[in-house]
Amino acid sequence: MSDDKTVSEPDTSGSTLTKDTTADGDVLLKVTGLQKHFPIRKGLLQRQTGAVRAVDGIDFEVRKGETLGVVGESGCGKSTMGRLITRLLEPTGGQVEFEGKDITHLGVGDLRPMRRDVQMIFQDPYSSLNPRHTIGTIVGAPFKLQGVEPEGGVKKEVQRLLSVVGLNPEHYNRYPHEFSGGQRQRIGIARALALSPKLVVADEPVSALDVSIQAQVVNLLDDLQQELGLTYVIIAHDLSVVRHVSDRIAVMYLGKIVELADRDKLYKSPMHPYSKALLSAVPIPDPKRRGVKSERILLKGDVPSPIAPPSGCRFHTRCWKATEICKTTEPPLVELRAGQRVACHHPENFEDQQPQDTKLLTSAKEAAAENGGAATVEK
Amino acid sequence: MSKLDKAALGEPDTTAPSVPDDVFLSVRDLRIHFDTDDGLVKSVDGVSFDVRKGKTLGIVGESGSGKSVTSLGVMGLHRSARAHVSGEVWLDGQELIAADPDEVRRLRGRKMAMIFQDPLSAMHPYYSVGHQIVEAYRVHHDVSKKVAKQRAIEMLDRVGIPEPAKRVDGYPHEFSGGMRQRAMIAMALVNNPELLIADEPTTALDVTVQAQILDLIHDLQKEFGSAVIMITHDLGVVAEMADDLLVMYGGRCVERGPAEDVFSEPRHPYTWGLLGSMPRLDREETDRLIPIKGAPPSLINLPSGCAFHPRCPYADIPKDNVTRTVRPELTEVGGSHWAACHMSQEQRERIWTEEIAPKL
Repeated sequence: MSDDKTVSEPDTSGSTLTKDTTADGDVLLKVTGLQKHFPIRKGLLQRQTGAVRAVDGIDFEVRKGETLGVVGESGCGKSTMGRLITRLLEPTGGQVEFEGKDITHLGVGDLRPMRRDVQMIFQDPYSSLNPRHTIGTIVGAPFKLQGVEPEGGVKKEVQRLLSVVGLNPEHYNRYPHEFSGGQRQRIGIARALALSPKLVVADEPVSALDVSIQAQVVNLLDDLQQELGLTYVIIAHDLSVVRHVSDRIAVMYLGKIVELADRDKLYKSPMHPYSKALLSAVPIPDPKRRGVKSERILLKGDVPSPIAPPSGCRFHTRCWKATEICKTTEPPLVELRAGQRVACHHPENFEDQQPQDTKLLTSAKEAAAENGGAATVEK
Repeated sequence: MSKLDKAALGEPDTTAPSVPDDVFLSVRDLRIHFDTDDGLVKSVDGVSFDVRKGKTLGIVGESGSGKSVTSLGVMGLHRSARAHVSGEVWLDGQELIAADPDEVRRLRGRKMAMIFQDPLSAMHPYYSVGHQIVEAYRVHHDVSKKVAKQRAIEMLDRVGIPEPAKRVDGYPHEFSGGMRQRAMIAMALVNNPELLIADEPTTALDVTVQAQILDLIHDLQKEFGSAVIMITHDLGVVAEMADDLLVMYGGRCVERGPAEDVFSEPRHPYTWGLLGSMPRLDREETDRLIPIKGAPPSLINLPSGCAFHPRCPYADIPKDNVTRTVRPELTEVGGSHWAACHMSQEQRERIWTEEIAPKL
């Protein structure tokens, strides 16, 4: 998957405006200031009265051959983000560049060449396969839609794909209901791989599966990446799975990326208090550690509404380190340590960005008291 | 019908169960079979366990292993013409399977209560949350609506719902996922049950909310001294909560014992498989997970012999093809630690310490 550095002229005929490519050629996907607001309409005239700010200004890039994991609680906008970069949704603002080509507002026809290179694997293997089509038809659909005639015919190619994902090629004529959950997820993966995409976006690919099957699918994704040189964006809420599959990880909270870091850095020394709380909440399968409870940070309450997100840093209402500045100024996502970008005024495991501001908010004091020793304020 | 079954199975006389005093719930050889068009589904096929007061039993297994059916069986919620329930369920000295359904109904909600996985479908969308809690309370207590509502507010406050006096009139759809789960816990606990069955109570929730809910169940258990059965597929949750552990596969118990022993010295290849297929945050990053090959078995056509043999990498170790012909029984492998496997103790110990443990 080591392509030449000059990707300024993508192989797809650039019919729309092409932005100049980024300096480093190995960036496959670049997202700047991406926003998606879903309008809320009310009344007879369906006037817009507000908006759900599902994704509210995020920047990141995906490099060739890597796996970017995206984690966050439900409602943080991670799935919307996945649908924006695959252009299943049209962004409200910002820009998405794929291989240096701006795809933010392309129409259906102009998108078609790009669809070959960007594919998606969905969460629910029961609703993402048409029950009235055989799996041969399902996996062969991308060839038909793109007008591609693979070598040796569609049927042969589909059977090859089925064996690649570990299914029996003779099951070509069976229907989705004849397969178990894990097998269906494999069918979804085979379909995504049909056109040899460059980028695969997987939205919770294993969360609907049993643990033993989950491991099979995780290993399969791993093997395929090595064999085919795929680039993955894997969206999941299970932090242990994300650690296992990702090279870099983005932590999202209320439509924003709060931390974007290399895997080991994030799991060894998370800088954003939210990342730290999220990691500490994962139950550890070792009964001997049950006594060691002080490490856990319990976040109070629920995630605020994305219709009217809190001012300043969005996490300040639940953060035990929040001060006045967190309420008023939004912290930018900056690279504090090599390979670790954080949006926080008072990061963990690092020097304070706003040392002059020491007065904790009342909510923060409560949260700190609640967690006892776990969240002692750094000097 | 259950008595007939018992006689047919040649069960010992059961009028006086020999169980220790602090055992609150004792399930003996529970079998729950369903008639379907495709054949008899043996969802639960001979499961026995005890739960002590103030302790938590964790039941783990994959989907279709019979863990939820077991819990519904304990609650006496299988009474349809198609369900065949046999065995014994002793709750605080009272047998429930053969008991009058009305009698069981009086116990349900008061002595034993259940928390379901999906609060949105377990709660009635038409009635306010308060109304549903009040109803649960008034079934068992002869009090006025006003008093019951006061009690509902108190319970909502206890489970950490902000502004309980206001939220008591709210409807389930107005609550967030975590809040709904709290409300359902409030409903389950409104009558101070002595046995609480939680069926995947946190599966639909985010980790942060999951931590809150597990903490809550833990605190409430300490406060009321209830016995808890925690059903889940997440070994992390079980490790956090359970004192004892029961691993189910294909409707039967394959391993059971104190949680610490089962985690540190598991003695069944299926338990090894579960531990190996799970990525863990507390360990160094491994290259590959070790999945269990194949898929969970069909309960209509359970594999002969040991139900796990088609997926077991060690199925050929015991001699004479015994894994394919004879069903292994639970045998004690250490202090109240039981496992059902044909391999000898030494073989399993060796495989675990030499082959499995280093890879985890």
